Amino acid sequence: MTGVVVSSPHVPRVNRVDRVMLQVILALIPGTLVMTWYFGWGLLINMALAVTFAVAAEAAVMHLRGRPALSTVTDLSAVVTALLLAIAIPPTLPWWLTLVGVLFAIVVVKQLYGGLGYNPFNPAMAAYVFLLISWPVAMTTWLPPHMLTDHPLSLVESLQAIFLSTPPGGTWDAISAATPLGEMRNQLGENRMISEIRQSPLWGDFGGRGWEWVGNWFLVGGLYLVWKRIITWHIPVAFIAGMLFVAGTLWALDAQTHPFPAFHLFSGGAILGAFFIATDPVTACTTKKGQLIFGAAIGALVVVIRTWGGYPDAVAFAVLLMNIAAPTIDYYTQPRVYGHAGGSK
Amino acid sequence: MQAAEPRFKQRRLWQFHGGIHVPDEKALSNGAPVEPSPCPPVLVLPLQQHIGAPASPVVKVGDRVLKGQLIAEPRGYVCAPVHASSSGTVVAIEDRPIPHPSGLSAPCMVIETDGLEEWADLLEPLIDYESLDPGVLRERIRNCGVVGLGGAAFPTGVKLNPGSDHPIHTLVVNGAECEPYITCDDLLMRERSGDILEGIRIVLHLLGARQCLVGIEDNKPEAIEAMRLARAESDLKDRVEVVVIPTLYPSGGERQLIKVLTGREVPSHGIPAQIGIVCQNVGTLAAVADAVLRGWPLIERYVTVTGRGVARPANLKVRIGTPANELIAQCGGLKGDLAKLVCGGPMMGFEITDTRIPIAKAANCLLALTPAEAPDPGPALPCIRCGRCADACPANLLPQQIYWNARAKDLDRVQDYNLFDCIECGCCAQVCPSHIPLVQYYRYAKTESWAREQDKRKAEQAKARHDAKLERQERQERERQAKLRSKAVKDKPAAPAAATTETGAGTAPEVDPKQAAIEAARARAAAKKAALAEQGLAPKNTEDLAPAQQKQVAAAQARRQAAGLTEPAPTPTETAAPGPKAAAATEEQA
Repeated sequence: MTGVVVSSPHVPRVNRVDRVMLQVILALIPGTLVMTWYFGWGLLINMALAVTFAVAAEAAVMHLRGRPALSTVTDLSAVVTALLLAIAIPPTLPWWLTLVGVLFAIVVVKQLYGGLGYNPFNPAMAAYVFLLISWPVAMTTWLPPHMLTDHPLSLVESLQAIFLSTPPGGTWDAISAATPLGEMRNQLGENRMISEIRQSPLWGDFGGRGWEWVGNWFLVGGLYLVWKRIITWHIPVAFIAGMLFVAGTLWALDAQTHPFPAFHLFSGGAILGAFFIATDPVTACTTKKGQLIFGAAIGALVVVIRTWGGYPDAVAFAVLLMNIAAPTIDYYTQPRVYGHAGGSK
Repeated sequence: MQAAEPRFKQRRLWQFHGGIHVPDEKALSNGAPVEPSPCPPVLVLPLQQHIGAPASPVVKVGDRVLKGQLIAEPRGYVCAPVHASSSGTVVAIEDRPIPHPSGLSAPCMVIETDGLEEWADLLEPLIDYESLDPGVLRERIRNCGVVGLGGAAFPTGVKLNPGSDHPIHTLVVNGAECEPYITCDDLLMRERSGDILEGIRIVLHLLGARQCLVGIEDNKPEAIEAMRLARAESDLKDRVEVVVIPTLYPSGGERQLIKVLTGREVPSHGIPAQIGIVCQNVGTLAAVADAVLRGWPLIERYVTVTGRGVARPANLKVRIGTPANELIAQCGGLKGDLAKLVCGGPMMGFEITDTRIPIAKAANCLLALTPAEAPDPGPALPCIRCGRCADACPANLLPQQIYWNARAKDLDRVQDYNLFDCIECGCCAQVCPSHIPLVQYYRYAKTESWAREQDKRKAEQAKARHDAKLERQERQERERQAKLRSKAVKDKPAAPAAATTETGAGTAPEVDPKQAAIEAARARAAAKKAALAEQGLAPKNTEDLAPAQQKQVAAAQARRQAAGLTEPAPTPTETAAPGPKAAAATEEQA
């Protein structure tokens, strides 16, 4: 006997935080592989860097707080944050910017608020926005997918780009390209028609070439999470519905200045955001009704900010905005408790 | 069995929110018939085995008691008597460890048994109960010490008295036994289905209820078959229905079972009787049948002794008061690595550290759990608000929100999130990926809330007392001032000189207040007399009486008048009418 009397229930616990996090990591694999296929080694290098920095930062803070570091690091939550940030940043981002971003995510956004479970904002998205606002050029220097470039980066070139900030061929301009969202934004800004813009080889069936397939494979991972009951369908479905509704309305009003709704869905971070970022349980709504509102609002905000805001992509901004609203939404969307008015009589 | 199915029409079932599937582990103990447990050398009978006040002993240390003899009588309405479960001698009435989550001791009657099993005179069987008043039956059930055997141990006589403002249409019989491991109700339904049906008949008569629904989880096919057979053989076929419900913890919770069977919800903070339903456990009904048809007090019950930490899991027929270690010994003792001993089921039971605790009326199970069955959940991680607890909660609460607020000691917010609708079933804790002992937080918050409520009530009472005191003082002061004024007014024209000489002080303000009060009262009485005299009435002091009393007065007057004793008295209406007027007149004078 243990000697310590423990309260009921006296049964094995069926879930564990680290297993939940591990499932999320597994679910990121297909999208990550496809993204690496299209955009080169940079993503994997960034992931390795970010995970290393994140684990070190988390352990250091726990040490400073006088808490057990090992059990916190092994809950894998910092790893998930690091991976999501690595996916969001450009594959050739200088290593020290990745470090700054990870430190901001883990130390400021997560640990200064009390660590896992206490942070009001999604750490990966807050760090992404922090980097984007502070180093806008570096953060918007994306590579084109490999079929659109004459010179895909090799592993060594990727390492050079990240650690020495020396782009192969001398200038960044030579190898970088605008993201589909950025391209669409620029072209629309020059009063081009959608039909005109879509002549460019940059475009695939729904969104940007390469990009749409990244989206598809993150969707596979997301569905895996739903199947494994790591997340429920509420936030992703509401996110996509909110996005399609606003984008569809705009497109129906004027199809020449507003892209087809599927373009929004399969460009940028929409799918990743719907399944992996907006569903972060710590910063999302927890009531089912609240999750529908939360997801739909993010989806709608993404289109609104993409259309009228200052940045090409908007998932991070929309998520952070709704993070602020989550506790209030939760409070006003409490489910009807057994035996309370409003139910079956 | 399959051929039997079509005989029963499919009843529509409802679902409660959440619930969890847990390995039921019932095969450990449900394979063999119930074994009688031998009489232990010492019986320990707690005086409070039920919800309510403890019973008070009616025998002394040294007295010989017989099996079934009343040894402690109820004190108060919500209480149950205790009976000796074997014959022997009372050797002590003292504090002993009792089966309670606190692990504390409480007053117990200790009986050294003599092994003779000599019965006391039993109460007369009430075979013809259908001609008896429900009150008589309730009294019998109460006198036999019957309490709810499903776990709560609420006195059954009280529960079967919902009052005339709550007409009962349905008796719900709880044979769900949703807790893992426990099989004593399963065995009871298999072995005593006839008695359960008799109990149902008695309770239906007692409550005047129309129908009875027996809910049994589908993992107990033998019990279902036995109950269906018993029903088919009885004359209650039209009123009793055996309903098979899906196995889902906690469908045996009273509120959950009622929802599943009837689709209705017991109001929050309310009782099932408010929606015309009374719910009883199968064991309770068998005990009711014993009490009414045989006059047996509740001195035995079925107990499951199981878990992989016990050599030979079994169901035992146990005398109430038998120490737990006797039962474990009967089941071959403990074996291997033991993580903990639990009284009750694994989901809601409590750990016991002293194996000498007795089996009380509510104890349905003794669990010896190995570390593999009840692993230490380890240190709790922070809540990640994943919401699995909310998905599992059968009351549709938001457990993580209650947890956050309980942790923050924000008792108001905790109530905002309906803490008191929590039934402490443990579903949330079982699914929590952070292994937070959630139920413990809820118990803490409930206890704190009760304590605060009590403090608040005390403070309110103190404030009310204080306010009343202030008001009284103010009123007295006002009256004193008024009297002084009235005295001054009256004294001025009448006898100012007398006043000065009487008090010897010379000035009015220095009049002794007591004296003044007497004077004022006299003056008031005189004024009243004068006022009444003006209307030709004598003072009768009947103005403040109730009409019925006045009628009585009038009747007495009439009798007196008839006897020629006094002059005619005014009728009540006449006396009542001038009352206020006269009072007003006096007031004016004052």
